[in-house]
Amino acid sequence: MSAGAILSVEGVSKSFGGLMAVCNLSFEVPTGAIKAVIGPNGAGKSTLFNLITGLEPLLCGRLVLAGCHLNGLKPNRRAALGLARTFQTPQIFENMSVLENVLVGRHIHGKAGLFAALLYTGRSRREDLVMRRHCIEMLEKVGLADKADDDAGDLACGQLKLLEMARALALNPRLLLLDEFAAGLTRKETEHMMSIVRGIRDEGVTVLLVEHDMHLVMNLSDEIVVLNFGEKIGEGTPEEIQRDQQVIEVYLGTEVC
Amino acid sequence: MSSYSRLPRWFPLCIFLAVVAAFPAVSPNAYFLNILGFVGIYVLLCTGLNILMGYAGQVSLGHAAFWGLGAYVSGVLTAKFAWPPLLALVASVVGTCVVALAVGLPTLRLKGHYLAMATLGVGVIFHSLFVQFAGLTGGPSGLVDVPSFAVGSISIDTTIKNYYFIWAWVAIGLLGALNLGQSRMGRALNAIKGSDVAAECLGVNTYRYKVIIFILSAAYAAVAGSLYVHYINFVAPDTFGFMNSVLLLTMVVVGGIGSFWGPVIGASILTLLPEYLRAYEGLEVVLYGLILVAVMMFMPNGLASLFRSLRRRVGAAEQAAGGG
Repeated sequence: MSAGAILSVEGVSKSFGGLMAVCNLSFEVPTGAIKAVIGPNGAGKSTLFNLITGLEPLLCGRLVLAGCHLNGLKPNRRAALGLARTFQTPQIFENMSVLENVLVGRHIHGKAGLFAALLYTGRSRREDLVMRRHCIEMLEKVGLADKADDDAGDLACGQLKLLEMARALALNPRLLLLDEFAAGLTRKETEHMMSIVRGIRDEGVTVLLVEHDMHLVMNLSDEIVVLNFGEKIGEGTPEEIQRDQQVIEVYLGTEVC
Repeated sequence: MSSYSRLPRWFPLCIFLAVVAAFPAVSPNAYFLNILGFVGIYVLLCTGLNILMGYAGQVSLGHAAFWGLGAYVSGVLTAKFAWPPLLALVASVVGTCVVALAVGLPTLRLKGHYLAMATLGVGVIFHSLFVQFAGLTGGPSGLVDVPSFAVGSISIDTTIKNYYFIWAWVAIGLLGALNLGQSRMGRALNAIKGSDVAAECLGVNTYRYKVIIFILSAAYAAVAGSLYVHYINFVAPDTFGFMNSVLLLTMVVVGGIGSFWGPVIGASILTLLPEYLRAYEGLEVVLYGLILVAVMMFMPNGLASLFRSLRRRVGAAEQAAGGG
């Protein structure tokens, strides 16, 4: 693992039955960069995210986040190491308010346990107050602060994506995984989201994203890795990827060139 | 923000408890107070079950087993071994928590229907244990001569004393549930209910929290069991069978699963309703069933949702008045 990488994926494989979803994949995500994973449907992009977050076990290979081996760690332990993600279909807690959703994202920064909860201790109250303040800031960052007390289930599709973003940011992630954050958004919403992602990067959060919108990927990313049938077929800057003959053949076609 | 959120969150609970405390002064007769003692026990049971099912979204079809375990431990220790009731209550809570831990560790790895099936099985097992250990439990005919609760030299032996004693415990249980609902842990439980996967990815140790809340829920049931056995001075295994697990679940759902007041409303109404329906002899079961169906058809979120929508409407009206 090179010194500048926050995440290193080393020879990772995953199979479902006889199908290799991810095959001997290696790449690194440099600290402070925005890196994109692209590829046709079924290329293994979402599986890769599930492997990194620990929702699926690896077949073989190694995952290292900021010097810590992730293999065998449950998703909640990985989150505690500073790994946050959003989902292709937003996984919002619809039974809670918008602010409460973000507060769950702040969970790992709290200490109050069962007895503090039952007794409503002064310490847990103070902790909660600090958390709330921080979470309101996160909502302001994505522009949802005025909806803080609304039921999360009442939000529109674009707002759900923003809420998921705020919730992931509340965790103070070192690495943020964004799974198709622009899917289903209007042009304007996508632009808004892109500026948020740039803002996050400027604050020092590394971003790894999966996306189908090529305009977005080419504009936003510092580096791109291209998957096809679970294998890496290209990696480089957006300019390099757009010139790569193999990538053009299997994925980009003539659309970009 | 609407008007109701300006009130402290414990304000409605204080009003409720004040009404409970004042009620014996206007109670029509001792029999009614006696029934309200049972209401208190069911409120405690349902509040505990609601923490598990409503807050954390984990289904239990064997909750009566923990109620029974609490009752039998407390009953056997006092009736057969002459333990002081307070110590027996502590022992029944600790014992039930240990059993809940042992049951919860394997079953809470299961999800949805599988968890429901596993807890159902646990309920059946405990019911037969209560019957089979006849030497201690009295077998199918039950355990008799359980002493009333006593704290030091004060014996809780009259209806009115029992009423206050039981409701004091209910007050503690309700306050705990209210605090829990607003806490970091309560939010984590709610998140597990909303999306297990998302909660886990945000750093919530979902399995650990499920086990903790399963144990807490069992502790509520154990206290209710201990109160119950010293209240009626008798205990029989059929009280803790599958049908009563379903009854508890029905109370929670009819009242409003996941809401703080839901179990209070559900337990109160479904305990009092059969008393009133007794006047319609022969039709009582039919009426009881029809009322349940009607509530579920017209208020699928339970009776508590009625108050919530009312509160919202008032809030919206005030906001409109303020804005205009």
